[in-house]
Amino acid sequence: MPELSSAHFNVEKIRADFPILKRETKPGIPLIYFDSAATSQKPDVVINAMDEYYRNYNANIHRGVHTLAEEATAHYEDSRTAVARFIHANNANELVFTRNTTESINLIAYTWARANLKKGDLVVLTEMEHHSNLVPWQMLAVEKEIRLEFIPVTEIGELDLQVFNKLLEQEPKLVSFTHISNVLGTINPVKQMTFDAHKAGAMVLVDGAQSVPHIPIDVVDLGVDFYAFSAHKMVGPTGIGALWAKKEILKEMPPFLGGGDMIKRVYLRSFTSNDIPHKFEAGTPAIAEAIGFGAAVDYLSSIGMDKINKHEQEVTQYAMEKLSSIKKINILGPGPAKRGGVIAFTLDGIHPHDVAQILDLDGIAVRAGHHCAMPLHDRYGIPASTRASFYLYNTVGEVDQLVLSLEKVKKVFGE
Amino acid sequence: MDDLYRELIIEHYKNPYHKGTLEPHDISFEDENPLCGDHIRIDLRVDNKGIIKEVAFDGHGCAISQSSADLLLDSIIGKSVEEVKKMDKQTVLDLLGIELGPVRLKCALLPLKILKAGVYGLGEATDDLVEGG
Repeated sequence: MPELSSAHFNVEKIRADFPILKRETKPGIPLIYFDSAATSQKPDVVINAMDEYYRNYNANIHRGVHTLAEEATAHYEDSRTAVARFIHANNANELVFTRNTTESINLIAYTWARANLKKGDLVVLTEMEHHSNLVPWQMLAVEKEIRLEFIPVTEIGELDLQVFNKLLEQEPKLVSFTHISNVLGTINPVKQMTFDAHKAGAMVLVDGAQSVPHIPIDVVDLGVDFYAFSAHKMVGPTGIGALWAKKEILKEMPPFLGGGDMIKRVYLRSFTSNDIPHKFEAGTPAIAEAIGFGAAVDYLSSIGMDKINKHEQEVTQYAMEKLSSIKKINILGPGPAKRGGVIAFTLDGIHPHDVAQILDLDGIAVRAGHHCAMPLHDRYGIPASTRASFYLYNTVGEVDQLVLSLEKVKKVFGE
Repeated sequence: MDDLYRELIIEHYKNPYHKGTLEPHDISFEDENPLCGDHIRIDLRVDNKGIIKEVAFDGHGCAISQSSADLLLDSIIGKSVEEVKKMDKQTVLDLLGIELGPVRLKCALLPLKILKAGVYGLGEATDDLVEGG
């Protein structure tokens, strides 16, 4: 079996950075973690960075003049700079810290969209969206009577761009879609779609929850207007995410939540908003988590996103090849050449929950269900699927164990 | 292999005794587990003394929810509707003969929730119908 630890990428060295990968799920059963699309594991440098904040310089940010407050503020803002640089933003002030991708998308729906969309305006989404990029727009559609249309997903799991181009003729105000599908693994042609959407006069919001962790991202090169992502899927902590938008757009947008830190001056009956990005960060933020987010992108950068992506591609292609050889398996989404490190599948006659439960007996963590994409599962006429997702710390040896355990699942069910 | 997938459960999942629908029926109710999309409909025929005479369930789901439905329905034939109202979580666990974590417990209890919502004539199947035990 070829172990993928070539000179450029030493997976065993990387695994040693993640303390959780040393644990066993039950005595003698090592953990095989194939659920990074839900949340990734965290390396020591991230855990330590957050620990260090609480142990050494815990203080609130942006107001105090004492030593601890200054150190905390500096680390918080350094993290913003690091995260902004990670996605090649021109300016750290274009990076708003949020709770997660979901909150980033909701922020756009509550501020930009409320101010700019009126009754009858069209927002174009896709059939492959996570609920986080569907429900905020459904809620807004009820409130503002905007229209929603959806780019269909083809049988092999790609967006139907012919229909997209037809929809653009209706002059939508916003096109909002995922960069990489969390179920199909499909990598959407963001740059081309953005170019076409702009030509039709629409703004573009991209859900980067599954892309920023796995491929090098340059928001300027992509040309998008808004880009949303979460720290916890990219070796960072939960409770912190980001929204990137062009400076000019952020400045024009109304504020989001009201409270401390988002203001410049408050009177009894009115206020003036703070500068960007603070205008969108009301209240004490997740300081430790922001610092952990900074440590996470520093860690990923130290390895190199190109190398991480190449390794994931190797593991994913190996897994596609091995899984395809299992009888009665149905793999969702496009072929190995055009997908991210996500493989969702069904086994004939066996419910995904049962698959996941039996895999867990062998220490293998996969996800079962609709992965917050119920309309996409409806599209394929299945109630649920089992999903294995890969990251920088996974090995082809682990994929071999997955295949062995899936054969065991079939044996239990006499399939 | 783990107890969770002991033969009894696989057998009732693959070859359920009571799969299907009853037309006409005296009681019918259906609902789903939004977490996993499991969907179950239960139909009952009850005589004028309130005794359950015929049972059937339809739908789709995992081995735990489907075998729980089949075992549960099998156990209530000949019982009164009043007796069904007294059933709780422990009734189902005794039928399945396994221990369950919090997530899979929801799968196992879905059929009882639906059955009780049906016999009580309620609009929805809620968790408090199966607590206790």
